[in-house]
Amino acid sequence: MPHYQVDRRSLLVFSAAACAAPLASAAAQFTGAGVIWQANQAAYPTAVDLSAHYLFFTPAEAAFVEAACARLIPSDATGPGALQAGVPLFLDRQMAGDYGKGSRWYMQGPWPKGLPTQSYQSRYPPAELYRVAIGEIDRAAGASFAGLSSADQDAFLKRLEAGTVQLATVDAKAFFALLLQNVMEGFFSDPLYGGNRGMSGWRMIGFPGARYDYRPYLLRYGQPFPLPPTAIAGRAEWTRGGRP
Amino acid sequence: MTQTLPSVEVLVIGFGWTGAIIAQELAEAGLEVLALERGQWRDTPTDFATTFAQDELRYYWRHDLFERLNHDSLTFRNNASQTALPMRRLGSFLPGSSVGGGGVHWNGQVWRFLPSDFVARSHNLARYGKAYVPDDMTIQDWGVIYDELEPHYDKFEYLCGVSGKAGNLKGVIQPGGDPFEGPRAREYPNPPLDMPYAPTLFAKAAAGLGRHPFPHPAANASRAYTNPLGVQLGQCTYCGFCEKFGCGNYSKASAQTTILPVLMRKKNFTLRTESEVLRIEKAADGRSVTGVTYVDAQGQEVVQPAELVILTAFPLQNVRLMLVSGIGAPYDPATGKGVVGKNYTYQMMSSVNVFFEDKLLNPFMGAGALGMMLNDFNGDNFDHSGLGFIGGGYVGLMQTGARPIETHPTPEGTPAWGSEWKKAIARDYLKTATISTHGAVMARRGSYLDLDPTYKDVLGRPLLRMTFDFSDNEHRMSDYLTDRAAEIARAMGPREIKLNRRKGPYDITPYQTTHNTGGAIMGTDPASSAVNTYLQSWDAPNLFVIGGSAFPQNPGYNPMGTVGALAYRTAEAIKTRYLKATRQPLAPA
Amino acid sequence: MRRLPALAAPVAAAFALAAAPAVLDAQQMPPAPGPSPPPARADAQVLLGHHLAVLGDCEGCHNRHGGQPMAGGVPLPTPFGTIYSANITPDRTTGIGAWTQDDFWNAMHRGVRADGAKLYPAFPYPYFTHITRAESDALYAYLKTFPAVSYRPPPNKLPFPLNIRALVAFWNLLYFKPDKAPTTGPTAGEHIVRGLGHCGGCHTPKTFLGGDKTDHELEGGKIDNWFAPALTADARTGLGAWSTAEVAEFLKTGRNAKANGSASMAEVIRFSTSQMTDDDRAAIGDYLRAHPSHAAPVATPKPDPRTMAAGEAIYVDQCAACHAVDGKAAPTYFPPLPGAAVTQSIDPTTVIRFILSGTQTVATDARPTPLSMPSFGWKLSDDQVAAVATYVRNSWGNAAPAVTASQVRSLRRKIGKPVQKPSASI
Repeated sequence: MPHYQVDRRSLLVFSAAACAAPLASAAAQFTGAGVIWQANQAAYPTAVDLSAHYLFFTPAEAAFVEAACARLIPSDATGPGALQAGVPLFLDRQMAGDYGKGSRWYMQGPWPKGLPTQSYQSRYPPAELYRVAIGEIDRAAGASFAGLSSADQDAFLKRLEAGTVQLATVDAKAFFALLLQNVMEGFFSDPLYGGNRGMSGWRMIGFPGARYDYRPYLLRYGQPFPLPPTAIAGRAEWTRGGRP
Repeated sequence: MTQTLPSVEVLVIGFGWTGAIIAQELAEAGLEVLALERGQWRDTPTDFATTFAQDELRYYWRHDLFERLNHDSLTFRNNASQTALPMRRLGSFLPGSSVGGGGVHWNGQVWRFLPSDFVARSHNLARYGKAYVPDDMTIQDWGVIYDELEPHYDKFEYLCGVSGKAGNLKGVIQPGGDPFEGPRAREYPNPPLDMPYAPTLFAKAAAGLGRHPFPHPAANASRAYTNPLGVQLGQCTYCGFCEKFGCGNYSKASAQTTILPVLMRKKNFTLRTESEVLRIEKAADGRSVTGVTYVDAQGQEVVQPAELVILTAFPLQNVRLMLVSGIGAPYDPATGKGVVGKNYTYQMMSSVNVFFEDKLLNPFMGAGALGMMLNDFNGDNFDHSGLGFIGGGYVGLMQTGARPIETHPTPEGTPAWGSEWKKAIARDYLKTATISTHGAVMARRGSYLDLDPTYKDVLGRPLLRMTFDFSDNEHRMSDYLTDRAAEIARAMGPREIKLNRRKGPYDITPYQTTHNTGGAIMGTDPASSAVNTYLQSWDAPNLFVIGGSAFPQNPGYNPMGTVGALAYRTAEAIKTRYLKATRQPLAPA
Repeated sequence: MRRLPALAAPVAAAFALAAAPAVLDAQQMPPAPGPSPPPARADAQVLLGHHLAVLGDCEGCHNRHGGQPMAGGVPLPTPFGTIYSANITPDRTTGIGAWTQDDFWNAMHRGVRADGAKLYPAFPYPYFTHITRAESDALYAYLKTFPAVSYRPPPNKLPFPLNIRALVAFWNLLYFKPDKAPTTGPTAGEHIVRGLGHCGGCHTPKTFLGGDKTDHELEGGKIDNWFAPALTADARTGLGAWSTAEVAEFLKTGRNAKANGSASMAEVIRFSTSQMTDDDRAAIGDYLRAHPSHAAPVATPKPDPRTMAAGEAIYVDQCAACHAVDGKAAPTYFPPLPGAAVTQSIDPTTVIRFILSGTQTVATDARPTPLSMPSFGWKLSDDQVAAVATYVRNSWGNAAPAVTASQVRSLRRKIGKPVQKPSASI
């Protein structure tokens, strides 16, 4: 009864030819072992905790975020808006994670103010920037942004967008650009990150989602794509009896 | 206590596309080759699988496959009157990282430069005179001509299984191909990809205006393909997650899909990952290199001697390593002297959105190099008299996918948010296409690379400093191309169009291309180039610097086809000539 | 804060399987060495011995990761515990250097060690008993050419009373009779398959004590949480639809227009079949394709349409990327599913396991590309794996028993949780 270990593929070779003396340190070294592979392993994404509480935003910050989302992408005749799509939750999880910390950004100082062509020059990574900016926005709006009427909220957002409102320290235009970018991300990213709930953003525009084979459809000029959108975690039809 | 390892015959710094090409060629020739890569191993089924590759947030916006700036970045300014500040988050360009480098996330757009591109200085001076090539425009002839590169272009195209239609076979113009291209010896290895609706509308309109559209040459395989190394690639499925993403079904050419299956089986090739080269070491007399010092995964410094060192770390790192290692004279823009860092160039992009009332285009289906293109306005394919610029670029309607965070174009005057915005994209998303222009950038005295005086990387080395801006030449060229694109757009019969001109100084914020070129340029004179025609360093004959860093200026095409061809030409020179006379220059100064 | 709707529970559960990322251990064992070429200046007997060692896949069991050729120490998991292969280099103390040709013959022919102790049938002497004395002597001579390696394999991990070697005599009574008159015939293919090739070691179903069910030779076997498919003339589940040339191509290059070799077969192809002669592979092909199947027909009722609908949705969204919407994929690149034997095997273990953990096509000199299927275990629930497995087993003319969620669940428990690799970048 001979048996073969399934995972006998190696990851490492210490080749006598390559180093007569063993490496003092352990680098990963590959010699002649072919393309390495490990079963049951992949760099798959981590779905965020979707339960309904904020990990990062304080109640006041959440109020701003929800109000801003409701104006930036409102719920209307065209379809659900950012609020319904879960964008505030998306933003919260982003700020609570590596993105909020700016862990892949170059954050070393000094941090002189830069020119527009030099892009982001704040000493704050995104999470801190949101924290400071929201506080300053609420103060600039009177008591709070969330307390304004919808029309006034729209007007305020337009001023932020144009940079015509002076915040205490934060560059209003830069913050608005980041906020809008993040809201778009939340509205259109895969639902596993907390936004685009029910793939509502994708449904609104007709984007079929996480698909990988359009060969049968490419040459059907002008014909609507017949399948519903699917996400990395799948769609309702993947489960027996699941209704779309 | 720094450990010194036994010497190796060949040391390759950086294991991306170019590193894999050169390592395969030299290992196949029997040399003992060691590649050092500062990143990690990564491969298709575990790192870019079809189960999770379709993640726009993670790959496009959180930059999961690209260089992490917290580890190393660069500083940027438009000109010397400004203070360069760090690139704190990625934007304009997206350098690769780890095994396979940028080859993992590129689109697969593979071009040959025009014969006239290689002699841009002499050609344009002869035809248009000094008014068009002012002193400030420091363009140079390459020191290699198209005919010398042709067999190497062919080799790279067959390695990748490029899908395309030849336009010029041995001097005979072929219908359906690019009539402006230089002559090629044989057809592409694979037929063109299937063409979706929008590019065919573009081609029809363009042909109606007398232009010459043809399918984009694509390193996305139009059919399952076995390359000359015996490596198998799958068929592209038009998934629309190409550029910025790893390919999940082996259909986009990369080191992983074209070379590594063969190279990683060779007993005379070793890859050492998590090994970051700190500097290249020079001999005491400074006239050759002795190897490198690198930092391993534990942070220990290790000395790795080598007889032959090949630098393939992408143009930006190539130049930075030469500067921190003191190889070659650094360029001084004030005097114009020195060579390392000079003639840094880029690409100038613009686009025209085309909004249809009634045509369902399904733009979400796409491939990295899928589209109908035309080179009527590239290089010197047209008469520039009276236009006030030299160079040009391709114009084409590409369909590479329409990931929604990135791609939701709206007509002129539409707000960027709110109900009106929603209404516009819900109406237009499936019925919008975009024509793009991809223009050349001429070298200028004031656009260069050097080391930053203030900011450092995680290892304490100075960051590279980039001083760069577009000049009037580029602005006029880009406006011209945009206008030509708009003509075709209108002829397509849309509801409306929107022109997106490239205005103002070069801005590092929005993504444009990762075609950072120059800085260690090739040439025939060591006073004005860093490497010779075989990319051999004038200062150290046992050092070769391969990559887009060799371009004296950047023509109006994507660089990788030419980078691959140069790599193969250098490999051939090493195998057939250098090894017979090691440490000798392969070209006269 | 309003209550947010949860994701469909099975999906959320699938992601939750690997909540804590595990760091990829950069320090793994080096690969097993080999396959060894014949030694320089080999005489005819040693060359024959090398050829026979290739047929017998000795190095597949006796070359361990990071070890020397033939020095043993490979852990062989059996349902009864782990047995470590012996050191068969000429070392006199830890290897077989002190063995005579008779000793070696006794081991191959009767399953008895030089010191008289019984060998465990993890060493497949019930197959090797069919080789001739001359072949045994040739193998002996070949093994003598290896460098002597002083290495003592770890002790076997067998629970009492299985660790009492003498009890193997009882097993032999039930399942083993030395071949009284071994010949190299009747055909070369039969001699290889039933002898040194020991294909039945994986591909023949076993009794609960691990002996061959000889009435069902080569009708497929469960081994190490895999199912090795039938190697019979059955057109649906065996090799009946393959040509001899296709069998030979598979054995030589690791793939053909109908299947890709992977998993446990990868080692066999790497060390053994890719190193055989063309005649060997053709002979094997001729024999197996004609080998009758005595498997009782298994009812394959049409599966629940709701299961098929769910399976189709998953397939179209995910699997078509390589296997195409019509299942036809790309022969010799990505294996076609219509008519595939592994897909239609009555025992679905291999199909389920491919979906859960992925698989890598074996790399050979002729076809070096290890085209791989990614793992789905982290993203599909047991129900979803069962649905898509049922779908591929019953579409495009395929017919095989439906797969149940509990089958998936039980295999998942055995192969362990998916490992989440950190993103590779710097």
